[in-house]
Amino acid sequence: MTPAIDVINVSKVYRRYAQRKQFATLKSAILSGSLLGDLRPDETFQALRGVSFQVPKGATFGVIGRNGSGKSTLLKCVAGITRPTEGEVRVDGRISALIELGAGFHPEISGRENIFINGIMLGLTKREIQQRFDEIVEFAEMQDFIDAPVKTYSSGMYMRLGFAVAVHVDPEVLLVDEVLAVGDQGFTHKCLDKFAEFRRRNKSILLVTHSLDLVEKFCDEAHWLDKGKTKGEGDPKRVVAAYVIDVEDTEENELAKAEAARLAAAAKEIAAAPPPEPAAVDSGEGAPQGTAEDTAHRDGFKSDDGRWGTREIEIMKVTISGPDGEAGHVFQSGDPIEVRMDVVAKEKTNDFVFGLGLFNADNVCVYGTNTNLEEFQPTEIEGDAAVTFKIDHLDLVEGTYRLDLAAHKADGYPYDYHRLLYTFRVKSRIRDVGIYRPDHSWSFEGGIKISDQK
Amino acid sequence: MFSNLAKLLRYRGLIQTLVVRDLKARYRGSVLGFFWSFFNPLLLLLIYSFVFTQVLVGAHDPAMEPYALFMFCGILPWTWFSSSILESANTLIAGGNLIKKVLFPAEVLPVVTVLANMVHFFFGLPVLVAFLIYYRRPVDPLELLWFPVIVLVQLVFTIGLALFLSALTVHFRDLKDLLGNIVQLWFFATPIIYPMQQAPENMRSWLNLNPMTHIMISYQEVLFFPGPHGHWKWLLALAAGSIAVFLIGYFVFDRLRDSFAEEV
Repeated sequence: MTPAIDVINVSKVYRRYAQRKQFATLKSAILSGSLLGDLRPDETFQALRGVSFQVPKGATFGVIGRNGSGKSTLLKCVAGITRPTEGEVRVDGRISALIELGAGFHPEISGRENIFINGIMLGLTKREIQQRFDEIVEFAEMQDFIDAPVKTYSSGMYMRLGFAVAVHVDPEVLLVDEVLAVGDQGFTHKCLDKFAEFRRRNKSILLVTHSLDLVEKFCDEAHWLDKGKTKGEGDPKRVVAAYVIDVEDTEENELAKAEAARLAAAAKEIAAAPPPEPAAVDSGEGAPQGTAEDTAHRDGFKSDDGRWGTREIEIMKVTISGPDGEAGHVFQSGDPIEVRMDVVAKEKTNDFVFGLGLFNADNVCVYGTNTNLEEFQPTEIEGDAAVTFKIDHLDLVEGTYRLDLAAHKADGYPYDYHRLLYTFRVKSRIRDVGIYRPDHSWSFEGGIKISDQK
Repeated sequence: MFSNLAKLLRYRGLIQTLVVRDLKARYRGSVLGFFWSFFNPLLLLLIYSFVFTQVLVGAHDPAMEPYALFMFCGILPWTWFSSSILESANTLIAGGNLIKKVLFPAEVLPVVTVLANMVHFFFGLPVLVAFLIYYRRPVDPLELLWFPVIVLVQLVFTIGLALFLSALTVHFRDLKDLLGNIVQLWFFATPIIYPMQQAPENMRSWLNLNPMTHIMISYQEVLFFPGPHGHWKWLLALAAGSIAVFLIGYFVFDRLRDSFAEEV
């Protein structure tokens, strides 16, 4: 059986936009039929590099990948909107591409007329549209507005109508580019039902999306593109898992890079201008302790990052490590993690407190504590030492969090303050909201039927 | 190229729908709506009548009366030509959404532009007929058989040029601005508001090189001047030339086709 879509070693090269070569492109396009002419490699951009796959009839195929990985270019090549520079795309049957919904609508004329025009553009005959007209209008939930000019539609109405026409073309092959966000929950379900119906009727779907859930639930096979190359294909669960790990790795690197930059900036700041805090606190030494604590308190809630302190005790290195014991920046919700501070005390002292503050991306303090509050009695610190803060279950919802770390005297006199310098990200498969995810479970009794989809 | 050309015929349903859409959309929202298709040429005729009977009296041969009617025979088809050319330069860029997001045969767009303007030209014809009757100009019915031929030649020529210009404008946006001036010059280099006989002797051979000259003279001979249509040899030669222009225009368009989705 011939596959519905056969992509054979497809590459696509775009011209980088440069005024200079405009004439050269035009000349070579007319004379030799090749668009790229004699452009140098640095004047081109390779969006796809030798991508091959087959979509069997009746299969749903998901393409995932980061922004700029060539997903949409691939879809356009399959749709025939652009031609691949190398390789070949064969499609068996009528295509309908949900790339931009309602792309052909004319704003001045009514929805009714636009349905006809759009349908004809997508390859239907007038009679076919006539037969499906009511179904289309009903699907788009547009009965009341179908005779109003399209320019008066809201963007949601516009997209719904576009979607309705495109899926009623009755294609053999449906190409979908990230268009499921076209309306309320009810409409999204209707779209998914429509896709399910396509599958039942043995039509093929090529789906480009960032919604990994959708790929796992809906697709028979997944294809992972990275910088225009195939990086994985096959069973959706496996490909999605590999992709998620890769994304985490990248985030990890980015966070590490950003953290290094922040630390460097903080170090420079200190070298340039030692902050006045120590002096201020020194002069206030005679003052009641409450004032100093207030100062520290207020400082503790200012949101800009930075580093200050006398460095009598210095926090040399901070590592956050996950369950595998390796330092990292991306953790799963519920993982055990450890925050380790390597410190050096220049002089022996018995007045020291180590503290930690955890903030979410909105700068809400999720949790803050220190060794003083938890009634540790400092006795002595000297030379190299390490302080580790362990969290047994990182019960946070998905998001980015920042850490405050500090070494100071009991009265707030700062040795070394690291203000929001450390960032880590919590990942979760569950899309719950808030900050804190208490360890929990559900139970159901009586006249209720409910099943766990996990 | 020729297989693509054959496809153009398959798209006639689409072309027809888009022409209708264009016409509907053009006057949607205006009070007079479709009547503008009649009023526009009518107003144009009144303006030229006023200028040449009240302001520029005696600037033309008295044998050419009614001069406004003479000019109108040329201006009406010229308007079709010039607005087709000017609009088609922009048509691919304006329809960029279709080319980039939908599998859409791009050549349909300039063809639709030319055809929609042709329909406008047809709407102007009743005004012309009304004035022919008003001035009691006898038109030889046999001569009138040439009229569709002239329209067809102009259509093929205009579509060829529109394909060529629309494709080039995608790469050179400057063309759009330049074109306004070129069309203006072209207007005066074509015997429309002056008869060919009035043109200086040494200029006539140059004017003969202009394809639009022969189209306009043909219209004038059929509709305005009494006597047989003496220009038919030129017209048939131009018909062959128009087909050549169309093929060249289509060739260039076809070669640049792949670039549209990227450059628009």
